[in-house]
Amino acid sequence: MSYIARPKVSHPALARNELGLTMRDYVGGMSTLCAGCGHDSITGALIQAAFELSIPPHRMGKLSGIGCSSKTPAYFASSSHGFNSVHGRMPSVSTGAAAVNGRLQYIGISGDGDSLSIGIGQFVHAMRRNLNMLYLIEDNGVYGLTKGQFSASADSGSTAKRGEVNEQQPIDPCLLAIASGCGFVARGFSGDREQLVPLLKAGLSHRGFAMIDVISPCVTFNDHEGSTKSYRFTRENAYPIGHTDFIPPEVEIRAEVGVGETQQVQLHGGSSILLRRLDQEYDASDRGEAYAYLSRRQGKGEVVTGLLYVEEGAPDMHALARLGDTPLAELPYERLCPGSAALADLQDRLR
Amino acid sequence: MPTDNEFTIRIANVNGTGSASANSLLMKTLYRMGIPVAGKNYFPSNIQGLPTWYEVRASQRGYLARSGSVDIAVAMNAETYQRDLRELTSGGYLLYDSTWPRREVLRREDVHILGVPLARMCNENFDNARARILMKNIAYVGVLAALLELDLDIIRELLSQTFARKKPLLEANQIAIGLGHDYAREHLHCPLPFVARSMDGPGSKIIIDGNTAAALGCVYAGATFGAWYPITPSTSLMDAFRSFCARFRTAEDGTREYCVIQAEDELAAIGMVLGAGWNGARAFTPTSGPGISLMSEFLGYGYYAEIPAVLFDVQRVGPSTGMPTRTQQGDILSCAYASHGDTRHVLLFPSNPKECFELAATAFDLAERLQTPVIVLSDLDLGMNDWMSQELTWDDEYRPDRGKVLRSEQLEEMEAFYRYLDVDGDGVPYRTLPGEHPKGAFFTRGSGHNMYGGYTENAGEYQEVLDRLRRKWDHAASIVPRPEIRTAPGAQAGMITLGTGDSACREALDILAGRGVALDYMKIRAFPFGEEVETFLKEHKRVYVVEQNRDAQLRTLLINEAGGRDEQLVEVLHYNGMPMAATSVVSAVEADMLRDQAA
Repeated sequence: MSYIARPKVSHPALARNELGLTMRDYVGGMSTLCAGCGHDSITGALIQAAFELSIPPHRMGKLSGIGCSSKTPAYFASSSHGFNSVHGRMPSVSTGAAAVNGRLQYIGISGDGDSLSIGIGQFVHAMRRNLNMLYLIEDNGVYGLTKGQFSASADSGSTAKRGEVNEQQPIDPCLLAIASGCGFVARGFSGDREQLVPLLKAGLSHRGFAMIDVISPCVTFNDHEGSTKSYRFTRENAYPIGHTDFIPPEVEIRAEVGVGETQQVQLHGGSSILLRRLDQEYDASDRGEAYAYLSRRQGKGEVVTGLLYVEEGAPDMHALARLGDTPLAELPYERLCPGSAALADLQDRLR
Repeated sequence: MPTDNEFTIRIANVNGTGSASANSLLMKTLYRMGIPVAGKNYFPSNIQGLPTWYEVRASQRGYLARSGSVDIAVAMNAETYQRDLRELTSGGYLLYDSTWPRREVLRREDVHILGVPLARMCNENFDNARARILMKNIAYVGVLAALLELDLDIIRELLSQTFARKKPLLEANQIAIGLGHDYAREHLHCPLPFVARSMDGPGSKIIIDGNTAAALGCVYAGATFGAWYPITPSTSLMDAFRSFCARFRTAEDGTREYCVIQAEDELAAIGMVLGAGWNGARAFTPTSGPGISLMSEFLGYGYYAEIPAVLFDVQRVGPSTGMPTRTQQGDILSCAYASHGDTRHVLLFPSNPKECFELAATAFDLAERLQTPVIVLSDLDLGMNDWMSQELTWDDEYRPDRGKVLRSEQLEEMEAFYRYLDVDGDGVPYRTLPGEHPKGAFFTRGSGHNMYGGYTENAGEYQEVLDRLRRKWDHAASIVPRPEIRTAPGAQAGMITLGTGDSACREALDILAGRGVALDYMKIRAFPFGEEVETFLKEHKRVYVVEQNRDAQLRTLLINEAGGRDEQLVEVLHYNGMPMAATSVVSAVEADMLRDQAA
């Protein structure tokens, strides 16, 4: 985690968002990750997305587990609260936090080690509850901090830096998310910011659990020949299923391509996503099709990227728990305590 | 020897045959006759088919611990006939279902055998198969009513209240009571030499179990969030919280002013509670020993990152899965020091339902004042059994003590906020809530941090925070609930217990006093112990430490944390899963005194 504060430099020419803030207002401490780490590119994209959406920085809640990925919350939005929890258990902390105050924008940052091994149970259950949050998996297929062991997302047949071959089947967080009922499933690549920023913006605007698996090469332990999570492999085998355009509420949507090739998804709060499909076969609103398509492409060694599945409108945890507008954490005590008279009444039945 | 209003009835039954309502009817009848009464359920970890027992102790002197004797055994379970007969106190009465001959019940000559053809009578009077099984239980209450001269009007009134909305059931119950009662009057020698006589013992008392009382405490303290994973014997705490909230915290349109989440496991339950506490809500989780083991990592996090949380550990028998439906106080040490590294947790020890209610509320105040997890250690005996309890009272002037939380206006005026600074010298830093103000932002982490909240691997900075946490702990000792101390004139030695040890100890002290042995008594209510506990230990050369576990965990803690000396503290232990009886305390103390005299 960073312990080096970043100097705050401002320039009058810097672009400002609706809140009058510049991108500088969304940065955090200096990264202590390796130079060239994919995670830092994701942080950059996240800063851009939050800035462009004009999210008040202090109204974000940043949560993470343990691992290189989980250090990321320290590197953006230094004026928001962060919670670097224990291994694999960021989803539960986020669940409790969101339950008592649904008004904050929760961003969970995890990794393939954190989410797909110890954390797989909590990850799946957070999706099942449809917790309203953006959940990023910075996915490099490897354990960095303990020096290069395979993670559960490492592809079968891929090699470790020292040549060891992984013979176990990978767990694909996207397939897992689709199967677990997640209403927003996407895959990005840290090396493709143009695709990643709209995905992040769409994920942040989605009401419910938005899971984005971002392939994020580990330059130190998993960027070699034989790795299937390297910059080179991902560039050569990425198969974008289309372009995702995030459309803010006030912008009129004009389809530039023919009918049938675009798909528009209305998001909570008036914004929408415009999907321009590259592959006619693909329908991001069909859970079963999405799963089959992904499995098929994966069989060919391709890394499908883009917005893979989206379903807006399913009730989120807040709605399922029948919670009101005032956050539980802000309810005045006078409303919560039934008082001594009610206690006396109650006890009349206990005699 | 049993006398009027001083006797114990033990009913043996088969789990899942609906004996609970009959047993509770029996207990409540005695209670409404004004007789102090305790009901204890010894049930199996099973849904249907295994043996279960219910013990009702009437005690006009007001003793609520297990008596240790059985004056009347109601043997409804063929599988346990022999055992029930064996455990009957000499001179006692065994009531059995004589529909089928039971030769083995006749094997003891020092007891009275009473046969009533319960099954036959029910088969003749009820058509429905389920009713035939259920009504056998109600019928034995009728038999007991005749034997003990229970007030039939009270029984009928209780039945009317219970089955107010189920007329056919009410009728069947009334018939069954009559069947048992009339048969006994006709065929048995009624009444027994000891009977129940109306008195005005309990006064303004209520009957409630500890879990329900604790749940009420959570409601009254303003808890809005609960996360849990079902585990015996804590489950009924969350069930009760949910039903109270459904009643008191639900708007007409169905909007809820509480949230209860059934977590995927205990690891998640405590994570949710910490997330909610971090975000400013009063949050809790009820669990038992295995849950505490699972929650330990997060408990250390809560201690080090300083997040308020309330846990209820309704203890059951360990180690491991142990005996999930039996009682013990085996989690004292594992809760006190739960998690790796230098961690220590504030513990509260209720000994009766009223304390479950009050200490639940205290736990939330302490958790927020001290910014740390607080564990309320109850046990199965207290949590799940019906106790005659002092009436619960609430001070409407009470307002939650949210501790040191900086709000927006205060932050606005500050130059900078640092999370872990000891501004007031009591070891308790100030905290802020997420979303409140940009200046309030800080990074919550379980990794090494300095007093400013920044990450650190610097030796001095790390140690500074750890030492400050220790100062906070010392401060905690001055604000936790004080022990209850009762001195006896001329006492040479002392007795210490906590939690449900209290009822057995108080009875034991009376018995010992009757035999000329005076002891001072202290009931510990919290850890850290505080000055009074240290003073009590200093003032007594010999102290009996009474607790319900094998390893004398409280005694260890007193040595570790309160200056107790090995040669001074005599362990009095009970750990077979049954609630402790006063007799075992008395005999342990007397044995020690004999040894002492011999030496």
